[in-house]
Order: sequence, then C-alpha cells, then structure tokens
Amino acid sequence: MIIHLKTVSGAHVGAQISVSNIMRQVMLALLPATVFGLFIFGWPAFNLFIITVGSAIFFEAFCIKLGGKLAKPVLMDGSALLTGWLLAMTLPPWAPWWIGVTGSGLAIILGKHVYGGLGQNLFNPAMLARVALLISFPIEMTTWANVSPLFFSQSPGLSDSWHITFTGLENVDARTGATTLGFIKTEFSQNRLLPDILKDLSGFLSFIGWTRGSMGETSSLLLFAGGVWLIRQGIIQWHIPASLLLTVTILASLFHLIDGQHYLSPLLHLNSGAMMCVAFFIATDYVTSPNTATGQLVFGAGCGLLIFVIRTWGAYPEGAGFAVLLMNAATPLIDHYIRPRIYGRDRKGKPLEIPKT
Amino acid sequence: MLSLFKKPRIVGGVHAEPHKSATATKAIITHFPLPKKLYIPLQQHVGKPAEPLIRVGDHVLKGQLLAYSQGVISAPVHAPSSGLILDVNDYPAPHPSALPIRMIVLETDGKDEWITTQPMDDPFQSSAEIISLRVGAAGIVGLGGATFPTAVKLNMGRENHIDTLIINGAECEPYLSCDDRLMQERADQIIDGVRLMLHGMETDNAVVAIEDNKPQAFLAMHTAALPYSFIKVIQIPTRYPMGWDRQLIRYVTGKEVPAGCRSSEIGVTIHNVGTAHAVHHAIRYGRPLLGRVITVAGGAVKKPMNVEVPLGTLISELFDFCGVEIEKTARIVMGGPMMGESLPHTGLPTVKATSGILALTQDELKDTEEQPCIRCASCLSVCPAGLRPFDMANNIRINQLDAAVDLGLKDCISCGCCSYVCPSNIPLVQYFKYASGEVMARQQAQHKAEQTRRLMESRNARMERIAQQQRDEEIARLAAKAEREKLKSEQETVA
Amino acid sequence: MYVLSAIVSLTLLGLFLGFLLGIAGKFLKVESSPIIDELESLLPGSQCGQCGFPGCRPAAEALVEGKASASLCPPGGSALAEQIAALLGLELDLSTVKEPELLVARVSEATCTGCTRCFKVCPTDAIVGAPKQIHAVVADACIACKKCVDVCPTECLQMHPIEVTLRNWRWHKPVLPEAGNAVC
Repeated sequence: MIIHLKTVSGAHVGAQISVSNIMRQVMLALLPATVFGLFIFGWPAFNLFIITVGSAIFFEAFCIKLGGKLAKPVLMDGSALLTGWLLAMTLPPWAPWWIGVTGSGLAIILGKHVYGGLGQNLFNPAMLARVALLISFPIEMTTWANVSPLFFSQSPGLSDSWHITFTGLENVDARTGATTLGFIKTEFSQNRLLPDILKDLSGFLSFIGWTRGSMGETSSLLLFAGGVWLIRQGIIQWHIPASLLLTVTILASLFHLIDGQHYLSPLLHLNSGAMMCVAFFIATDYVTSPNTATGQLVFGAGCGLLIFVIRTWGAYPEGAGFAVLLMNAATPLIDHYIRPRIYGRDRKGKPLEIPKT
Repeated sequence: MLSLFKKPRIVGGVHAEPHKSATATKAIITHFPLPKKLYIPLQQHVGKPAEPLIRVGDHVLKGQLLAYSQGVISAPVHAPSSGLILDVNDYPAPHPSALPIRMIVLETDGKDEWITTQPMDDPFQSSAEIISLRVGAAGIVGLGGATFPTAVKLNMGRENHIDTLIINGAECEPYLSCDDRLMQERADQIIDGVRLMLHGMETDNAVVAIEDNKPQAFLAMHTAALPYSFIKVIQIPTRYPMGWDRQLIRYVTGKEVPAGCRSSEIGVTIHNVGTAHAVHHAIRYGRPLLGRVITVAGGAVKKPMNVEVPLGTLISELFDFCGVEIEKTARIVMGGPMMGESLPHTGLPTVKATSGILALTQDELKDTEEQPCIRCASCLSVCPAGLRPFDMANNIRINQLDAAVDLGLKDCISCGCCSYVCPSNIPLVQYFKYASGEVMARQQAQHKAEQTRRLMESRNARMERIAQQQRDEEIARLAAKAEREKLKSEQETVA
Repeated sequence: MYVLSAIVSLTLLGLFLGFLLGIAGKFLKVESSPIIDELESLLPGSQCGQCGFPGCRPAAEALVEGKASASLCPPGGSALAEQIAALLGLELDLSTVKEPELLVARVSEATCTGCTRCFKVCPTDAIVGAPKQIHAVVADACIACKKCVDVCPTECLQMHPIEVTLRNWRWHKPVLPEAGNAVC
C-alpha cells in the first residue's frame, strides 16, 4: 500500500511557466534595444545601466530583509532586475550615477514595496521613478548625450566614462543636445513651421535610432521587434500595444492632415521618444494594467490619447510617462466596470432568462 | 466578418499536454483477475445512499441486488461477482480524506456465477417509462464523473420535452482514454445505448460530440451511427474543459444554461458515452452496472492501460496488475489530473465514478512553492466560467469570503484551468474549494443559530406556561382552601 | 524669517483645527443605544455564558461599551464575529479569532441514572429522556453550553469534539510558504 498523506487539490499538472521565466523572456525581448543603446551611447551609458540595475537589486533585498524575510528566493524571480532595467532604459544615457541610484530607490521602495511588494503596486515602478526624477531633477533628466558609439575615436573611453558618470559632464554644450521631440517643441515656440524644422533633422538616422534620446528608447524598430516576439511567446497580449499605437496613429494622422504645418506626422510620433518602449514594455505591465481584453483596449487607447495630448499641447515634449501613470490610476476603475461575463449570467451577474421556444 | 460579432462558443480553456498515447492505442484489457475481496460503497452516486437488503453471511450471485435505492434521487448497488457477504461496515472511502463510509465487503468465490437476467427482446415496443425504470434498477449513474442517477435524468427529459440529447465523448482530461477506447471498440453498443436513451426520454435527436484528437473513435462512432439519421456524430475542437457539460452545450447548441438552472430547462440533456454503453447492457441483456473501464496511467505506471474491472476493486490490486513503481509515485489521483482528487493511499475501492487512476511522478506534478500573484490575468483568460480567479483568491486569502461569493465563487466549477496556467503556482482551486466549504459551514452555523433561538423561545414559552399553570393551581388551591374554611366557619357558627 | 513664520502659522492653524475637532467630538456626539438590541438579536440568545458575561444581553452591552471584543462568542465563531465587527465598525483581525472547537455533549449510557437534571437545564431542549430512563443528546440541537455537564451528578455527560465525517469534511485553506513570500 502506498501512503501519501498530503491532501492537495487539482490541477495536479501544470503549464511549464513561472514568474522568473516570464521576467527572463521580457528581458530577452529588451536585449537587442538595450545592446543597441549601450553601443551608441558608449561607456557612460554602460556605467549608468549597471548602477541602476545593481541599486534596484540592492533596494529590493533591503526591503525584503526589512520585512523579515529571506531575500534570495524573492530576488530570484527577477522582478527587481527587470524594474531596474526598464528604468535604466528610460534615463538619459549620460546621467550622473546618483540619478540611477535615486531612481531605483524611488522605483523599488516608493513604487513597489510601500504598496506591499510584487503584484500590489498601483503604478508602474519604473515610470513612477522616471517621472519623479524628471520633475525633481529637470536639468539632469533632459541633458541628452550626442550619439557617440563605443570604440569610436571621439567617444569617451572607459576612464573618461568614469569621470562622466561620477563627477559630471564637462563641456556640456559640445557633447549634448535636444531629442527630436524636444527640438521640435523648442522650434515651434520660435514660431517655425514643421516642414521647415524637419529640414534640420536627419530622417533616416533617427528612423534607425541613431539619435539622441533615452538609453534604450531610441531604436523603435528593435523595441517593436522585441514586443512582437513577446506577443508571439504569449507573454503579453496584443490588446494594449495595438490600441495604444492605433490611437496615436489615428489622432496624429487626423491632425496632421488638417494642419501639416503644426502637427507631427504619425510616423514621427511612432518612431520617436518612448512610444515603442511604453507600448510594448511599460503599459503592458501585468500588475498595473487591466485584466480583461476589453479593459486593456480601453487602457491602451487612454494611454495613446494622453501621450498625443501631452506631446502636442503640453509643456513637456514627451508625455509617455505621465500618460501611463494617469492610466495606471484609472486601472482599478476600468477593472471595476469591465468584467468578464460569468457563464449563465448577464453582465450584471443576474441569471440569464430561460429562452421561450 | 459577422462571426466576430457572434457570441463566442468557446470561452477560456487550456491546451493541456494530452499524455493519452500510452493508453489510447491499446485495446481494453478484459481479463483482469477477479479480486478476492470487493469493497462496495453504498453511496456511489449523487443523492441518498442505498440501503442494504442482504445480511452478513449471505451468499450472493453476480448481478444480485445488494442494496436498494432510497428516495427519488438514489441508485441501487449490485454484486459485481458471486460470493459471500463478509461485512457491512465503515471502510475508507475513495476521497481525499479517506474518511470511512458504509460499504459491503464481498468475498468472491471465483465462480462468477450470474443471477438469472431478464433481457428485453424489443425494447422499442415497450413504453419509455419501462426503459427508465430498467435503467434505474440497473444502478446506472452518470459515468463521466458526475454520478447523477441516469434514470432520474431520463425522467426529467420526458417531463421537459428535450429536443437534443448530447452524448459527451469529449474526454478532455489529459491521460484518460477510457471513453476513447470504448468508442473505438464498442461503437455499436454505444449507439444502441443512445437510441435506447432517446426512446426513454422521448427525444428525437442526438448529437455525439467527440474531440478532434480522437479521429479513430470518431470514425468508429460515425460508421456505427450511419444507419440512424437522427444521431449526428460531430468533431469538436480539442480544448480542456470541452467536456464540461455547459461548455459542450454552448458549443453544440449555441445556448447557455442560465445560472441555477438545469440543462433540461433549455431543452438539452447530456449523457456520457460510458453511460450509453451501460444502458445498452442493462436493457438488452438485463445486466446491472457491475464494472467499468478505467484508465490506469501516469509516469510511475510500467504498463499503462485501459482495463475493465469490477466495482469495488481496491486500487492496490489495480496497481499491482499494471506494475506501478511505488517509490516513483509522488501522487495518486482518482480521475483526470485536472479535476481528479488526490488519494492518501491505495487501500481504497474503485467506484462507478472512477474513470481513471493515475500514479504521477514528481516530475509530472505542478508542486512548487506558491509565489505572490503578479496579476498576469492568465487565470482570467482561461476561466471557462468567466470568473476572475485571482481576485477571488486574494479575497479568500484575507478571509473576505462574502466578497469572493460576490465575485462568483458559486459559479466556479473547479475545472483547474486557473491552477494549471498560474505562473506563481497559486493553488487557486484549493482556495475556492476551501471557501465554498467554509461558506457552506457558515450557512449551516447560521441556520443552527436560528434554530437554537427558536428552540430557546419555545422552551421559554413552555416554562412560562408551566409556571403560569402552577400559579393558577396555587390560586385555585388557595381559593378552595378559603372556601372550605369559610364553609367550616359557617357550619361552626350555625352549630 | 519666512521659515519661522510659516512654522508658527501652520502650528497655530493645526492647534486651532484640533481644538475645533475636540469640541465637535464632545458636543455633537451621537447617542447610540438601539444598537444593543440589534447586537442581542445577532447573538445566539442561549444565555450560555461562554463569553464570560451572564447572558447575551449583558454581552451585547459589554460590546457596545467596548469591554469585549467582536470575537467574544465562541458558538458564533468567525461568521458572527464578522457581523458584529461590521455592525460596530470595528477592525477585526480574523487570524486572532479562534474558530470554536466544535463540541457536543454525549451521554455515557453506563453511568446515566435518568435523574432528569440535565434536560431541565438544557436551554435548547437538546436532551431527551424521561425519569429513570437513559437520556440522549440530539447533537444537531446541542450548542455546547456545558450546563448539563455541570449539573450531572454521575459525570456521565461529557463534551466530545464533533466527529469529522465525509459529510462535514472540508478543504483546508492553502498554507502560504514562510520564506520568500513578498505579500505582507
């Protein structure tokens, strides 16, 4: 006679998937864009990336220890690593070291553990940290390094990069500039018109991501590819990215058609700033986005609308972070009103009526 | 394009690893050695337990009635073989708790001697009532696992004017292939059983639904049903839990059974292929339900197979026959791996509901530590009932059972899809089973409190009445005494 | 200087508003007494005394005065504790509520003399019998108040835990692992 006294309920078998597995796949999808970003912004970006990710893991371990629990098994799920990674992707590549550390602290402590840890937070930690940094340290957070790829003669070497990261950038004006969106916003304020402004910008280079911007956000193509791969893997659903990008495209096309002198073309919108990163990697965060397919469509459309509104009429050139945070706040409301219909019941939960035949 | 706006016919569900090939390709073993002792529970069905009418020491023949059905929803139990009644007492039940339940212990004599049976030569000439009476007397219950007495369902079918009888050949649970083999090997008998059930329910049409991962079963059933235009055999997509009756009804008819209603109220009844097979034997040969085909599978089974065994056979004997490696067995499951129940040991009998016994190894199990929920909502997207499992579980974890009930706890069918996909290994189904039990216990407690209050009040009233009575008697006694004394004094004055 | 005036003015403002709140709390207090009746109707009403108060009414009064916790009633269990907490607007940590160990009285037939004392004290008429006959307890009606145990001269009445059977067996709550659980 075999004796097993453990009383456990089904399902006794399960799909081969785990939290750490999901996190790993997301990181894998981020990898091409990250490598590209590290390459075009050189060693200082590399330093900042390591500092941000490292301090995210440190803060995670600190919070878990504070809660009186063993840190190692929680760290193994990879969520802190991913939060740090995503935050680093959105930072100006040559930002000083303390931006990374402060950002990680904000993301992990204020963005996650204050709410009770993994799965409990209301706002996306990375976006929360990014927006908090942007408001608190506007100069550091809008100092965009010129493209200066690794191993190029005019790019900073390894020792140079230490200097940039830890003591600050010298000769700022020569080595930095504005992002595409920032440049256009400034020129608009000089009453220049769009076709005129665009003459100063290289279409092709910015299309492939060879342009100033956040560390990992410049290459929309690689981010798009990573995102599509995630959808194929079944890690994220298509609803949020599709409705977000579609909303921006529709709004941008509409306004661009009405007034091409003042409103950016949809392609420029899609291919600039944090659009792709937000659409595929930030807005799709499980914890802070709605659960139902319909809810996700609403959420994505809301993000798209807010991004467009902030970019077009707001004071900031880029509105993705704000848009995501605002929609995060609306997520519980969306989940409250958009629920799946229970079998045999109507949307309000009342039993269906027996059809008369 | 229009189809996009139609109501979806399949909601949720998972593509579970099938693990069926080890048993589905081999013929049903019918030479299982007769066990020395059979342990036959008196309750192998939904409803009231059967009442024994034999005594310890009686000699019974195969097919003889051992315990009769009690009440409207109940089913009788028959002797699976000939032999001696050793005991009628409490023995561990095939249930996760293995708590005792009343059983008849039969020592077989090895002769397997049949009682005289009464076959029906032309059942289609007799009335529908006779058919359901016979089905009821044969102790047939739903063999898909629900074990609802089949005769009761036939009667309800007649009363409700069913327009479609659906025969469930989905067998969506992984590992199990007993219905598959039954359909491949005994399609004619099943189709005959379907015709008999149609007759018993006075229904005209039947649809046999088979998942498209069983092409041979489909072919066999299709061929067997060809002469009968009113029996349609269809293929349905392979997606667990396709065999959930309400999901199957939604897929086949496009109708949903309203919450709290029976399917017969919308004109549909559903029976399992195994049940149809049993009906065929009960009507054509007068043989009650004495055994069934059971799938024995799992990583720890050396010779996985489908085997026909008498009811009451101990799992340990089944495991010996199939060569189960005890040291490799990490969990014993009765039924399929999704909805089946884990059993604490093998000293438990197989019953009418036993479609399979699995001996699973540690590698096959999903048995890792629970991690925090990351709200990935996979559970929500696979729930065939349209629930939000993670929300329910989060409420149950902090004992907010009422909130869980509001979220639809009572509509959960414990299909296990949510537990299957959960990346955090949260035992969602167990949360729901726990909460359902707790909610029921609380309702019972509340009911008891009300009853207590009623009892108290009636007792107080009674006590008050008694006291009043005593007071009345006292007053009457005093009055009588005063009267007597008055009389006495009057007499004295007169004197 | 600016800092100082800010600190001073905010402190004054805080003090003033706190003072107002204090006054409001004193003079606008809502008198509540019908709540006692409501509470009493929630309690089982068997006056069993297991809460330490002489009956359900005194227990309800103690609850309102804050002298007793919402989980005072063992026969009511956590379901009742929840109802009381909801009615009184109390925070209830259910992990501190002990589920009552379910007991019933049982008569040991060997020593019962049929004295009828037990069924005279039984508040729910759960004991049946007649003089000089062995008594029996109707388990479904027994509320485990132990009054019969106290009066039984031969100690033949004893409390026993309710037996777990297939009918009342329930799934236990999944146990959260100790380490590595970030949900606090």
